Amino acid sequence: MAQSQEQSKDFGFGEEQALLKDQARKFIEDNQPLLALRAATKGTEDPYHGDERRGSFDVAAWHEMVALGWTALAVPEAAGGLGMSLVTAVAVAEEIGRGAMPTPLTSTLQSTFVLRQASEQDAKSQQAIEWLKKIVEGSSASLAIQGASGSLEVDATDITVKNNKLNGVACYVQDIQKVDFLVVSAKEAGHLKLFCVELNAEGVDVSYDRIVDLTRDQGRVSFSDVTATCIAESGEDVLNGALPALLTLVSADIAGGCEWLLQTTAAYAKVRTQFDRPIGFFQAVKHPIVNMMIAVDESRSLTYAAAAAYDADSDTCHRAAHFAKSNASDSAEFCANRATQLHGGIGFTWEHDVQIYHKRVMHSQQLFGDGYWQRQMAANYL
Amino acid sequence: MAEQETAEQKDFRQQCRAWLQENRPPPTAMPLPQAAYEVTTQAHRNYLVDWQAKCFEAELIATDVSRDYGGHGHDGLQQIASSEVRRANVPYFINWIGLGMAAPTLLIHGTEAQKKTYLPTIFTGEDIWCQGFSEPGAGSDLVNLQTSAVRDGDNWVINGSKVWTSLGQLAKYMLLLARTDKNDKYNGITYFIGPMEHEGVTVKPIHKMTGEAGFNEVFLDNVVIADHMRIDEVGLGWKVAMSTLTSERGAAQGVGAVASSNSPFAAIESLIELAKRKTRNGKPMWDDSLWRDKLVKLYERTEAAAQNARRTRINALNGGAMRIPLQGKVTGTELGQELHQLALSMLGMESSLYIGDPNAENDGSWLLGYMNTYTGTISGGSSEIQRNILGERVLGLPKSK
Repeated sequence: MAQSQEQSKDFGFGEEQALLKDQARKFIEDNQPLLALRAATKGTEDPYHGDERRGSFDVAAWHEMVALGWTALAVPEAAGGLGMSLVTAVAVAEEIGRGAMPTPLTSTLQSTFVLRQASEQDAKSQQAIEWLKKIVEGSSASLAIQGASGSLEVDATDITVKNNKLNGVACYVQDIQKVDFLVVSAKEAGHLKLFCVELNAEGVDVSYDRIVDLTRDQGRVSFSDVTATCIAESGEDVLNGALPALLTLVSADIAGGCEWLLQTTAAYAKVRTQFDRPIGFFQAVKHPIVNMMIAVDESRSLTYAAAAAYDADSDTCHRAAHFAKSNASDSAEFCANRATQLHGGIGFTWEHDVQIYHKRVMHSQQLFGDGYWQRQMAANYL
Repeated sequence: MAEQETAEQKDFRQQCRAWLQENRPPPTAMPLPQAAYEVTTQAHRNYLVDWQAKCFEAELIATDVSRDYGGHGHDGLQQIASSEVRRANVPYFINWIGLGMAAPTLLIHGTEAQKKTYLPTIFTGEDIWCQGFSEPGAGSDLVNLQTSAVRDGDNWVINGSKVWTSLGQLAKYMLLLARTDKNDKYNGITYFIGPMEHEGVTVKPIHKMTGEAGFNEVFLDNVVIADHMRIDEVGLGWKVAMSTLTSERGAAQGVGAVASSNSPFAAIESLIELAKRKTRNGKPMWDDSLWRDKLVKLYERTEAAAQNARRTRINALNGGAMRIPLQGKVTGTELGQELHQLALSMLGMESSLYIGDPNAENDGSWLLGYMNTYTGTISGGSSEIQRNILGERVLGLPKSK
């Protein structure tokens, strides 16, 4: 039970990271993603009618993000990227979460870390680098590693591979309407391997899930004799190696969203008057808002610690990432709950932005497993 | 990008570590109480004063304080000394209030003469200090305090009573807040150095729910104090008290106060060890996902507290200088309480066995510790007051007072 190891005292978060984070926040604020989201989802409220498809996003903004280098930042220099740390990617992911921005960036960063892991440790290193180059060129990607049961083990795929042909269905694939290629896990005679395949490849068929989170989209991908590039022979090792990065990026997204919920609720408690006083005067309101802050701060600290542990290749990095996602998942539930409750009736309406964040962090809470799952996993390292 | 220690700092860390390794004191005949503020016996007092004096000699205390005031005159080494003391898991410093509150207060607000007179014996532990803030009618609403100080030539005459005074029976001096103007709530309070051995001071122990006589009621009956024992100006007592309370943690660090010498992970690790050892339903409790979930959650939150401290130092990530530090007291004490509650649940009927029972796990220390966690959640500004402070100062919510 080693304690947090002697890593960089500042999480490896220096001036470069601070500048990038600032740039990301300004860019997202200027883009006002929620205004575009409101316009795109107008008239789609009623869940019993229509067959609306969510998943709209600002393609122009995406191209700008690519031009700013955000998708290439974690790509190794060998593939033409910037080779920067997970902490750097986390700084940007946190801002994406704060803005609740619909974008395939987080999925692309996660795919990057899987490919990066393969490029560092797998026999198919060269193939992984070829696909990383596509990300530098502006391609977006997502992970197709879950089966219909929704099981969370890294080898829980329903896809099989034989003679380099993929068959089967991948479920809960994030941002499927926004991305260009997939990193797919598949079993060959019980052995897990990883593949890359363009979404428009022959034999790939996508059906879209109806999800409640307005800021994301999700779907099922069926593969019928699809030819794909193997990017990792030892798929389980590579996925396990990248797992801390996957968890930490979602945790960062949640921490950003929860900070927004905190600040928005505190601001509302200063202006909403009842019984002749702003409701923030009353301790029944004030104290739960403080509890939201305590929750968010724990999550942010554990998230940066997990990123720093991964960057330092520390033997505590899995435990740190499970802690981060456990804590962030619980913060998601708590902050969403308190934000809606303390806003009263208006917080329960479609009209108010709290619902957008509430649903986004709820969705994130389950991504790669909630708090209960993470703690089961963390226990293996205690 | 990572902060690097200088060669001097590295050497000093090694020096501290080696000294602590070689000079760990033998255990006491009767086990020490769980915290410095619970010490009541002369034997424990002598043992702990001796230990603090040795640590002072080894430059672990007052490391960065000027030699003019009895310190060691270094720069940027105290933090290293304190972290090594915590890491070494050695006995606590008995003069916790002296180091944690009196010294920072005197360093900021004291006269030259006061600093030269009082600081050296605070550092060595020779003179123990207690705190005289709370009164029977002034707890969370501290500014309501009524103990009076009336000027009489070059002296002040004090009348009133203080309560919850830890170490009162062992202390030579008290950090005393007294009212010098009945008509001005906030500007009518003055800060004094209160001598505990003067005529008119009566110390009466109060027994806690644990049965220990951990703290006291102190009666002040026409106690005469010289004016040179006043800290800062007449009427500024409240401001002085608040400035030292809010900077308590940072300022206390500056002289080497270490409230608890245990690693923050010690308690949760021993609880996990207990879960691996104890069985229910024929298997170790650790293998039962119910207990495991709760234990891992507590470990995770202990780690969060440690990582909060790490993040505090990064301006771009801390959300403002005071946001994280002001959370430390409420989160730390409540986490400790939850942990002890879980320990009692895990022990089941065994948790009913108290100190002295031969069958009690760890001589009843989980039970004793559980009861003592209320010291943390109530004293020094209760958790409820802490949440008001956080809501108002950090989030800008309207004042509840």
